[in-house]
Amino acid sequence: MVSTAKRHAAKDAPAPPLHEALGLSAETLLDMYYYIVLARKLDERMWQLNRQGKAAFVISCQGQEAAQIGTAFGMAREKDWYVPYYRDLGLMLCLGQTPRQIMLSLFARAEEPNSGGRQMPGHYGFHKSHVLTTGSPVGTQFLHAVGVGLANKLMRQNAEIVAAFGGEGATSEGDWHEAMNFAAIHKLPVLFIIENNHYAISVPLELQVGGQNLAARAAGYGMPGVAVNGLNPLECYQAVKAAADRARAGDGPTLIEMKCIRLTAHSSDDNDRTYRTKEDKEADRQRDPVAFFQHYLHEHGILDEAKDALVRKRIDEEVEDATNYAETAPAPVAEDLMKHVYATPEEVAEWRSKL
Amino acid sequence: MAVKTLIEAIRDGLREEMERDERMIIFGEDVGPRGGVFGVTEGFSKQFGADRVIDTPLAEALIAGVAIGASAAGMHPVAEIQFADFIMPAFDQIVSEASRFRYRSNNDWFLPMVIRAPYGGGIHGALYHSQSVEALFGHVPGLIVVIPSNPYDAKGLLKAAIRHPDPVLFFEHKGGYRLIKGDVPDGDYIVELGKCKVSRAGQHLTAVAWGMMHYRCLEAAEILAQDGITVEIVDVQTISPLDRATILDSVKKTGKCLVVYEDNRSGGWGAEIAASVAEAAFEYLDGPILRVTGPDVPAMPYNHAQEAAFMPNTEKIVAAMRELAAY
Repeated sequence: MVSTAKRHAAKDAPAPPLHEALGLSAETLLDMYYYIVLARKLDERMWQLNRQGKAAFVISCQGQEAAQIGTAFGMAREKDWYVPYYRDLGLMLCLGQTPRQIMLSLFARAEEPNSGGRQMPGHYGFHKSHVLTTGSPVGTQFLHAVGVGLANKLMRQNAEIVAAFGGEGATSEGDWHEAMNFAAIHKLPVLFIIENNHYAISVPLELQVGGQNLAARAAGYGMPGVAVNGLNPLECYQAVKAAADRARAGDGPTLIEMKCIRLTAHSSDDNDRTYRTKEDKEADRQRDPVAFFQHYLHEHGILDEAKDALVRKRIDEEVEDATNYAETAPAPVAEDLMKHVYATPEEVAEWRSKL
Repeated sequence: MAVKTLIEAIRDGLREEMERDERMIIFGEDVGPRGGVFGVTEGFSKQFGADRVIDTPLAEALIAGVAIGASAAGMHPVAEIQFADFIMPAFDQIVSEASRFRYRSNNDWFLPMVIRAPYGGGIHGALYHSQSVEALFGHVPGLIVVIPSNPYDAKGLLKAAIRHPDPVLFFEHKGGYRLIKGDVPDGDYIVELGKCKVSRAGQHLTAVAWGMMHYRCLEAAEILAQDGITVEIVDVQTISPLDRATILDSVKKTGKCLVVYEDNRSGGWGAEIAASVAEAAFEYLDGPILRVTGPDVPAMPYNHAQEAAFMPNTEKIVAAMRELAAY
C-alpha cells in the first residue's frame, strides 16, 4: 500500500502544487472541500442515529470521500451518466442529492428520491442526474454501465459518458470481466472506477485479488489502467479528467483503481473487531482523506481557520436540518406496496404514443 | 394475407420494428452475419448494419445487463439468448435487476427491453437445448413472460413487447419454428400482452396450454371432436402476469380443466394455473384438475426413447382429455 505521507512529500518538493498544475481555482477546491466534509459529517450522523436506535441500517463512505468527490468533479456533472454502488454518498451529494434527501433515505421516508423508501440506505437511483437505480447484488452495475455506454456511443456520439463504481470485491464477479471485455471491444465511453478500500466485508485484498494489482488487469482487456491515491481528491480528479477526455474523444474505456481506506466496519451490522486489529485501524485513521485535504488547503493558503470554521458551521447546520426534517417526514403507506410493479395501462399508452 | 411459419412471422415482426424504430438494436450470440443459429435475424446485419445488429461475446449475463443499461439510456434493445437453457448466467441480471428497476426506483426508472430465446424439446437437443424455463421467470413479478403459439400472434405479441415500457421475456418453441404455420396479414398490427385467448370453442372440457403444447392440444381436440367431445382451448400467450379471468370463464363454462405443459411437473407454470382454478372456480368443477406435463427429471435426455417418453404428445393429451371428459 502506498503511504500518503510519502506520496505527498514526493509530490511536494520542487513541482508546483497539483491543483495549480490542474488549473483548479481556489473556489473549486473549496467546493470540493465542502462536499468532502459534508459527506463525512452526514455519514457520522447516520451512525449516531443508528446507535441511538433511530435508523436500522448504515453503510458508509468514510475513507472514500476524496475518491468520490474527485471523480465527480472530473466528470461533466450536468450531462454524464453514473452507475454507483452503496458507498457513493460523496458522489451523490455532488450529483445534486441534498442532505435532506440523504437523511430521508436513511429513515426510509416516502419522499426519499432513490426508491420511495423501498430500498436500504445507499441504494441510489436518481434519474434527473442520470444516476441509474442500483441494487444490492455486487458487480451487476458494471454491465448496466456498459449498456449506457453503448447507448451513449450509438445515440450521442460519446458526448455523454458513463462512470461505473464498485469496490475491489466487485471485481471478483464475472459481470465485471464481461463488462470490461465488451467496453474494450466496442471502445465504449465508460470509466470503471474501483474504490479499493482493501476489504470486502471481512475479506482482505490479499484474499480477493490475485496479484493485488487491479489497474494492471486493464492491459489484458486492451484498455488503459491507472492506479491513483484515492485519499487525494486531486489525483483522482486528474485521472478521471484524462479518462473522460479519452472517452469523449471516442478512444474508449479506462480502468481507474483508487486506493482508499475503510474507516468504519462494513456496515452498522458488522463488527470489524473480529477481523481487523486495532493497529491496522489506527494506521488508516492516520491517513484520513478529510484531514489530508484540509491540511493541503491550509498549506497552500486556500483555507484558514476562520474559513474552515464557517464551512463546518454551515455543514453542521445542514446536517442538523436534514436530520430533523427527515425524522418527522411521513413514512410510506402500506397501501402503496403493489404500486409500480408494472407500468399502468395509462403509462403504457403514454409510452406508445411517444414511439 | 400469406401463410407463414412461426419463424418467418417472428423475423417479419423484428424487421418491421427495426425499420420503424431507429432506437431499436438487436444483439446476441451469432445474430450478426450468421443471422442467428436458427436464422431468425437472417439478412439483418446487411440491412441494418453492425451498429444495430451486434454480435456479442459469449456471455449471457452481459447480454441481459447491456440490455438493461442501453434501455435505461434511451435505446430499445431486443436481445437474443441463443437457447433458453443458456439463460441461467443471466438469471441474476434478469431477476435481481431488470424485474426491479421500476419497483425499486419507485417509478423513476423503467426498462423498455425484450429478451428473446428459443425454448422447448422434442428436437434431439438433449439436456441443454430442450428446456422450458417459463416457470422460473413467471415466478418473478416485474417481468412479462410471453410464449406465442402461432405465427399471427407471435408477430403481434412481439411488436407489443418491443413497444412496451417494461422488460419482456419472449420464448419461442424451436420445434415450432418451421412446423407451425398460419395466416399472417401484411403490415402492422399488435396483439396485446397480458391476455389469454380462447383459440377453440368447446363444451365438455377446457384445456389450458401455451407454445408447442397449445399446438398439440389443437391436434388432440380434433381427434376428440370425432367422438363428439368438444374441447375448449385457452392459449395462455402471456405467462405472466397471468390473465386468470379468461381461464376461469372457460372453466366455469365447461366445469373441467386440463393443463398441459412441457416443463417438469412440479412447480411448473401449470401448477399455478391449477391452483388458481381450484381457488376461484371450485364450485364449478365436476372433475379433478388434471395435468399432462414433462416428468420430474433434471432435463430432457438425448436418446430417442427417453426424449419421446419425456415429451407430452398428442396421444397423452388425448388420453387425459378422455379421462377428464368421462367425469
